[in-house]
Amino acid sequence: MAERFTSGARVQTSRIDPPHHTRLPRYARGAVGVVIECEGVYPRADDRARGIDSTPEPVYAVQFAARDLFGEGDHTVTIALWQSYLTAVHKETR
Amino acid sequence: MSGDHEHTPGSLAARVRHVEGLLEQRELVDARELEVALEAFLARSSPANGARVVAQAWVDESFRARLLAHANSAIEELGLSMGGGLQQQRLKVVANTESLHNVVVCTLCSCYPIALLGPSPTWYKSEAYRSRVVRDPRAVLSEFGFDLDTDVDVNVWDSSAESRYMVLPRRPSGTGDLDVDALTSLVTRNGLIGVAPL
Repeated sequence: MAERFTSGARVQTSRIDPPHHTRLPRYARGAVGVVIECEGVYPRADDRARGIDSTPEPVYAVQFAARDLFGEGDHTVTIALWQSYLTAVHKETR
Repeated sequence: MSGDHEHTPGSLAARVRHVEGLLEQRELVDARELEVALEAFLARSSPANGARVVAQAWVDESFRARLLAHANSAIEELGLSMGGGLQQQRLKVVANTESLHNVVVCTLCSCYPIALLGPSPTWYKSEAYRSRVVRDPRAVLSEFGFDLDTDVDVNVWDSSAESRYMVLPRRPSGTGDLDVDALTSLVTRNGLIGVAPL
């Protein structure tokens, strides 16, 4: 699967709370962050945990401001996220 | 958040043993082979490995650059590997600077570069550390006795997918005369996770 995002891209995580295993931490659902880099291409843990054949997809290091995750804090949190957890955010919309 | 490991050590071990038993029964794995591979991996896994990598990065600028760009191939120069008989994992080394401090966590379980840091400490797997360090890292560091200057930014790395992160601490001042072995002995496991100064 091709890389949809480049470093510096603004992305928003999914808001969905799936009924199965996922690696999108709950504290980071629906949050907007910035892509730091692509970490490689891997089958989704969501699929592997259910024994589903999975097309490997890019995983990105995405950095979030703590205040966007928790409403407070002056630090950042960088989370490794599969491409299908993410959608592009255009600067004007925020 | 997923469950606290400490609550179910017995049942988790029993489940692993059960799955192992089924795999052996179906001749998909050889019990002895599995044991030998795990023992060999754990015997080679030690925070001394991570410390050696850090000391080399402190004395060798070009190694440091290679380490930060492509950690897996850089550590092979020192005879180290992220494979260890098991699946090769991507390593990402993140450098502390005067203005940025890095901390590593796995909020979903307890992922961490075992080959370079040895088996993870109990606190690293605790629900308290995993849930709190992403929300308020300065307070957690302070509980470790590490009061970070307020003008230093903090970035927390959550190992939620396939990469494993290790912190490259700053070289302590006054260590200009030390050789690689002496520098290696200054590096602690907690320093490699980012919860202690060196």
